[in-house]
Order: sequence, then C-alpha cells, then structure tokens
Amino acid sequence: MTHSMRFLLLFSRQGKLRLQKWFTPMSEREKKKIIRDMTTMVLARQPRSCNFLHWKDLKVIYKRYASLYFCLAIENQENELIALEVIHRYVELLDKYFGNVCELDIIFNFEKAYFILDEFLIGGEIQETSKQMVNRSIEASDMLQETMEEYMSKPAF
Amino acid sequence: MHTHTAMSPSVPLQEMIRAIRSARTQCEERGVIQRECAAIRAQFRQADNGGRSHNLAKLLYVHMLGYPAHFGQMECVRMIASPRYSEKRVGYLGAMMLLDEKQDASLLITNSIKNDLSHSNQYVQSLALCTLACMGSAEMCRDLAPEIDRLLRASNSYIKKKAALCAVHIVRKVHELGELFVPAARSLLSEKNHGVLHGAVVLIIELCEQNPETLERFRKTVPDLVQIMKGLVLSGYSPEHDVAGISDPFLQVRILRLLRILGRNNEGASDSMNDLLAQVATNTDSTKTVGNAVLYETVLTVLDIKSESGLRVLAVNILGRFLLNNDRNIRYIAMTSLQKIVGTDHNAVQRHRGTIVDCLKDQDASVKRRALELSLALVSASNIRSMMKELLLFLSSCPPELRAHAASGIFNAAERYAPSQRWHIDTMLHVLITAGGDVRDETVPNLIQLITNASELHCYTVHKLYRALLLDISQQSLVQVACWCIGEYGDLLLKGDCQETEPVQVTEDDALDALETVLQSHMSSPATRGFALTATMKLSTRITDNVDRIRSIVSIYGSCIDVELQQRAVEYNALFRKYDHMRAAVLERMPVIEKNSPGHTNGESTGEAVKDVPTAKMKQGEPLLLQQPANQVCDLLDLLGGSEETLQPGPAVDCLVSGLSVHAAGTAGGDLLDLLGGFEPAELSPAPQVLAYDKGGVTLTLSCEKQSDTGLTVTLTASNSSDSDLSSFTLQAAVPKSVQLHMKAPSGDSLPARGTAKVTQMVVLNNPNKVNLKMRVRVSYTRQGSPFQDTVQIDSFPGLDAAGQ
Repeated sequence: MTHSMRFLLLFSRQGKLRLQKWFTPMSEREKKKIIRDMTTMVLARQPRSCNFLHWKDLKVIYKRYASLYFCLAIENQENELIALEVIHRYVELLDKYFGNVCELDIIFNFEKAYFILDEFLIGGEIQETSKQMVNRSIEASDMLQETMEEYMSKPAF
Repeated sequence: MHTHTAMSPSVPLQEMIRAIRSARTQCEERGVIQRECAAIRAQFRQADNGGRSHNLAKLLYVHMLGYPAHFGQMECVRMIASPRYSEKRVGYLGAMMLLDEKQDASLLITNSIKNDLSHSNQYVQSLALCTLACMGSAEMCRDLAPEIDRLLRASNSYIKKKAALCAVHIVRKVHELGELFVPAARSLLSEKNHGVLHGAVVLIIELCEQNPETLERFRKTVPDLVQIMKGLVLSGYSPEHDVAGISDPFLQVRILRLLRILGRNNEGASDSMNDLLAQVATNTDSTKTVGNAVLYETVLTVLDIKSESGLRVLAVNILGRFLLNNDRNIRYIAMTSLQKIVGTDHNAVQRHRGTIVDCLKDQDASVKRRALELSLALVSASNIRSMMKELLLFLSSCPPELRAHAASGIFNAAERYAPSQRWHIDTMLHVLITAGGDVRDETVPNLIQLITNASELHCYTVHKLYRALLLDISQQSLVQVACWCIGEYGDLLLKGDCQETEPVQVTEDDALDALETVLQSHMSSPATRGFALTATMKLSTRITDNVDRIRSIVSIYGSCIDVELQQRAVEYNALFRKYDHMRAAVLERMPVIEKNSPGHTNGESTGEAVKDVPTAKMKQGEPLLLQQPANQVCDLLDLLGGSEETLQPGPAVDCLVSGLSVHAAGTAGGDLLDLLGGFEPAELSPAPQVLAYDKGGVTLTLSCEKQSDTGLTVTLTASNSSDSDLSSFTLQAAVPKSVQLHMKAPSGDSLPARGTAKVTQMVVLNNPNKVNLKMRVRVSYTRQGSPFQDTVQIDSFPGLDAAGQ
C-alpha cells in the first residue's frame, strides 16, 4: 500500500519531538526507530546541503524553520520539489494561525498544530490547496468548540 | 505569544507542559510525568466533569514525549462518542495517535464514525472522515464504503474533498472496492472546487494504478484533464490558489502525474497531451522553486510517455538548465533524472557532460554522489582521457564515503576504455596512490596481472612503483604491488636505464632498504609483510653483491612471531641451504598470468599469501619445492653434460595448479609432514621391475607403464639397505631433447636404514618423435651429515622394446 507521504515529523535542534503524523500503520517500536533515525540523519546534515535524503526506499525532505526541523518522508517516485512546497504551506498555515509562529506555540498548543494539519492533509495526501480555505475551516471549527463550551457551561434549568 | 484570537488555550494542559519543561533532569521529568499520569488516570475514572478533553490532551502530550499512554485508549473511545464537539475533536485526535487498526479498541469506534459521517454538522463529519482515512481497518472500510460513496456524490465541497481521500484510503486497503468508486470519481472531474478536483485526481490515480482495465477507461478523460491544466496555466492571477505566480501548483503537479500514467505506453493518449506539455514547459516561470516543481513534474511526464522527439529534447534541455541553477536542490533532482535516462537518451545527456562534471566539485555531498554516478555512466571511448582526468581529480578530494565507489568505477572505466597499457597502469597506480585504502581486495592481483601482461613496460612500472614506495608505505594495496614488482623485476630496477622515465640510480642496498622498511614498519599488514619478504627472497637471484644481506634478513624472520612470516622465512632459509641449486629456478621470472586462468586466481607461484583463496592457503613454499624439482631441471644441463639432452620443463603454472589442487584437496592448511605424507603416487603393479642403480646400499629400481602411443609412466623406487639413515634424498632426471618429461612429487625424502621404508617417484614421459629413449638419473642424499651425489644412465626400460617404443 503506497501513500504519497509516509510520515511527517517536527523536531527541535536538540532532537526533541514536537509533532508526529504517521500516514501508514506502524508499530510503536517502528515509530520510535524512525524518529531516532530521522533526527540523527537530519541533525547531522551540513548547513549548505540539499534538502533531500535517501532512507530505505523513501525520499526524506527536510527543512529548518527557525528552531524547528520539518521532516517529510515521501515515496520514491514522488516529486521532491513539490514536497518542499507542502512543508512550506504547512508552515504558512501555522504562521497565519498563531501569528509569527515559533516553537513554543507548537509546544504549548500541539493539539492545534494537529488540527491545522488535518485540514491540510488527509491520509498522506493534500486535501485543500487553498490557504484561505484551510484557515476558514480552522476558524469555524474553533468557533464551534467555543460555542459548544459556552453552551455547556451555562447552567441548566 | 500569539496575537491572533485563536481559541482559548487549555490552561490545565499548558500548566502541565510548563511543569514538565521546568524539570532539570530526565529523572525529575519522569517524576513529574508519573504524577501527572496518575492524576490523569484518576480523572478518567471520574464522572463527566467538563475537563475531559483537557485531560486527554495532557495524555497525548505525554505520549509524544515517548511515555506509554495505552491506558488512554478507552478514554478516546468514550470521548469520540461524546456529543460535545471539543471532546470529539480531542477524542478523534487521540484515536489517530494512540490507536491503529491492530488494536481491538479501534473496532469500538466504528459505530461512532458511522454515526458521525451523517452528522448534521460538517465539522463533525470531517472528524470522522479524517479518522477513517487515517486508520480505517479493512473491515471498517468495507462497512463504510457505501456511505463514502454517497458523500462523494451528494454533499458540499468541504465534505466531498475529504470523502475523496477517504475513498483513496479505502481502495488502498480493499482493492476490490475500487470498482465502486469509479463512477463518482469520473463525475468529480467536472467540479470547479480545487480541493475536490485534487482529491478526484488522486482517487483516479489510485484506481488506475491498481487496475489496468480501469486505466483504459479513464484514458478517455485525457481531454478533460488537458482542459483543466490549460485553464490553470493560461488563466490570470487567481488569489485563492496563487503561489509565486503559479496557479495551484499542487493541483498542476497531480494532474501531470495522472497524465503520465494515462499516456504511458499509449501513443494516442500521449499525442493528445503533447501540445499541453510543451505549453507548460515553455510558459512556466522557472525563477522560483514552485515553478521548477511544476517543470520537474512536466519533464518526468514527457520522459515517461510516448512523446515526440522534439518534446523529449525540450525536456532534457530543461534538466540541463536545472544543472546550472543556483539552488542545489534543483541541481540534485536534475542529476537524479538524468541518471534515469542516461541509458535511453545517452546522446542527449552527453551534451550536458561538461556541467555534470563540474558538479563533481559541488559542496553538497548528495550532489557530488549523483555527479559521480552520472559521470561514470557517461564515460566512453572517445572521452576517456579527459573524463579520467576529472575523475582522478575528484578522487583526490572526494568525501571518504564515496572513495570506494569512485575507485571501483574508475577501474571499470579504465578496463573498458584504456587507450593504452601504459595509460591503464598509470591510472591504476594513481588510484592506488590516492585511495589505496579504499580499493577492493582483488585489485592487487588484477593489477599484477595487468603488469605482467605489459612486458615492455616492466622497467617503467617497477621504477614508478619504487618511487611511490619511497614516498608512502601506508597504502597496503600499493605497497603490495610495489613489493611484488621490485621482487619480480628487481633486475630491471637496478639496471637503471629506462626509456620511459628519468634514469635514476638504484643500488642493491637501496632496493633492499625499501623492502626492509616495509617489513619492519608497524603500518604494514601481515599480508604486506609477506609480499615484502618474498620479494626480498626473489632479489637473491637478481642481485649479485648483497645476497648475504638477504640471507640474514631471511634468517632473522625465521624466528618472527607472526607464524606466516616465520613459515616463509624458514622455507626460504631451506631454499638457501638445502635447495640452493634450485633457488634460481624457483625464483625465476613468472610467466604472463592469463586472466581467469587458475594461476591467476591462485596468485603467484612463489608463495605470496592470497587472501581470497582459502583452500590454497597452506604453506606455499613447500609444495613448490616438491614440484619444482619435478619440472625445473634446467640446471641439470650443466651437471649432467651431454648437449643433446635438454629438458622439457612443463609450464610453471600448470605444475603449480596440479600441485596445489592435489594438495588442497587433501590438506587445507595442513603442515609440512601431512603434505609430504599425504601424497600417494599411483602404484604401477604388476609392471616388471628393473634394477637401475645399486651402490653404497642404495638401490633404485624402475618399472614402466605405457599410457599411449607416445606416453609412458616410469616409477622409480629407492631403498636403503645400509646401516645408516639417509636424509634429503632426491632424484633428478634428464631425457633427450624431443622427449617431454614431467616428474611428480616423490613420496618422501628420507630413506631409513635397513630398508624399512622406500621412496617412490613417478616420471611421466612423452616421446612424440619416437626417438631412442634414454634417461639420466642423478641421486643425491645426505648420510651422517655429509652430502653424496651420483649419476646413472638408464638405456633400457622394462616393457619397451630396444628402441624404446
């Protein structure tokens, strides 16, 4: 079973994991090993290297934004350059949502980082190519949550 | 922190995160986590208190840090079933993080998903769709497929785009369900919403890749796809989908991908997309990465379908332009693409050879690696000299992880396209000097074989290697070849004059110094020292003044700790003392080694250790000593006189092979005694025995057996009836010029007193001219420390008539 994208990892320069999204089923042990391998490989890269690595039968696309590494694994026949654009799009979405997003935002609001991701990608594929559409969906979902909470916190008769 | 009014943060969650982060040690962190998990567990057990989503979120955070969180699985199931959106949201997130299809708990959420798929609120539907597409098991997929199909047809775009990707997941999990979604997928192509279109294209790609028949049916959509692409490429600015001037690059790339699949191996479909592809290739702005992403996909499509040649050239030229791009990502993907087509579009790629070779100097290791692969693929007979210059330059400064590959690539290229032997040898030497530590084991025998074959270059080669040795003795493969050459061609080295290089005066001491340095250096591996010792020994027949120095070197190593070296030294000592009359023959110049001949793989007959021939890894000196007297009886000429009797030595290689194969069969790694004892010459009974010699208690009888019209086997049997033991008993034989003689190894070399044991030796003769057969035999032995020699002529052979027929 092939998916365009296999997994997406976000980690800090010290190798601390900030987000993990797996697009194919994998055991906990496999996930831990992949996380170890990715952090080791990516953190060892020289500053002026290209953003593509080979790992097993996959291509690994990585890019550093401030203190966070974004690491996306794609199938061998996928387009690396557009994968870089996928990473960039996600960063833009986070940035719009949090306003000048930094690593701390993602640490303290990790669940929101996931919600945003789930409006952009599903099952390892892009679901929405318009930035505005994704933003609107997130805002609407947040509103729904607020409304429900307000409603629930009102005293019942 | 954030200025945007996003939803209010989860205070309990953030407090916990702060507490964890303020832990100063791993131990402290574990303590905090344990406390928090206990609290979370307690909260799970309590009744609904409005803080459940925060609780589960805490657990998910802890899980991301790497701590176990399986006790939260049931809570996820409960939360998903909750009517509250906030709880559903976190519940589904938890399910995607903690559950996979292998857990039993995942089955429990099937019902919730089913219900939520038809929820009145699209954001709840969205949660269910997302989760199904993420972790839906095969059963869940089968169960919910009809529902997904319904959503594909009758819902808003927000839901349709998600349903499409759900369908993709379902089809990946359960192939047979593909058929169900074909109609819906087809009709989705007429949607205007980009998200839905993108999902539709992905779904169609999946359906086509899984089922060739489906692919046939979807070929009809090519004109529609072309239309959509045209709209994207030629339309004006669209704010909603614009990325740096490109309108929805993600969708464009996906459509190009689908076109590739549909056009592959199909002329008609390829024709109908030809114009579009040319348009995309020429109109797409290549100044930004995103434009290049689209161009890249276009190139891949053009090269994969049955495009016309003009379009192909256009595509390869785009790759050529990519090679010159400042962005190393672009250079990298250009090279991977060129690598894929270097076989099919070789000439087109050759046009960009200069740029590719320049990339060997790129800073980036991945780019360098790709450039190396491509460069090696582009080497041809016409560019070998210039390409090799570049490759050798690369080798001298390339990253260590690429050296072995570069070295072997260079060797292959040199072997295929070497314009001359001298160039070939020079190139291999250059590689050994630059990267000797990274070459494969068989390089040493390969190079030696090459050198022996270039007989006019022996003088040049040995001079060059000698000079290299003086500069650096750390590269083992280089040192081994150099030692071998100095040993083998030492006479040429000492002669001094060589046409191809500057004359340099090398004295015998110089050469021996060089070898001794290798012998004594801690950098030399045991194998290398073996080479050096043998080379030293070989020089004993090629120099005139300093043989004593060699003798002393050899005797010193007779007590070397290294067993292999000690063995050799002992044997070479023996060669000096007991077998000195054979030394010249044993150490004479090797014949040319044929490629793939047994002699080639077994290494040199003078006893070098060859690492990759385990069965032949026995004490090499000894079998040779047993064999050599059988063959190399050339110096008998002097001893026996009689000009018409010359010998017919068999080729050294032949002899070595038969000897080694015989010994290898019986005694892999056995010691001297086994080898001596283990060789059983064939008995030739009941042939008549004739007494040929009888003196001093030593008798020699012989018997014969005709093998063919011209072939004859003679068996000599020696016995000692005296009262003293005889040692170092050897027989040598000489026959008339046209007769071929081959002496097999004797059964032993000691004749104990009073005939308690005999020595037998077989001699194989071939008399093609049918001359009068005569044989002179020389008997040598040591009795009580004193050597003794005698000769006898045999004029008649039992079993043959007077003329020796």
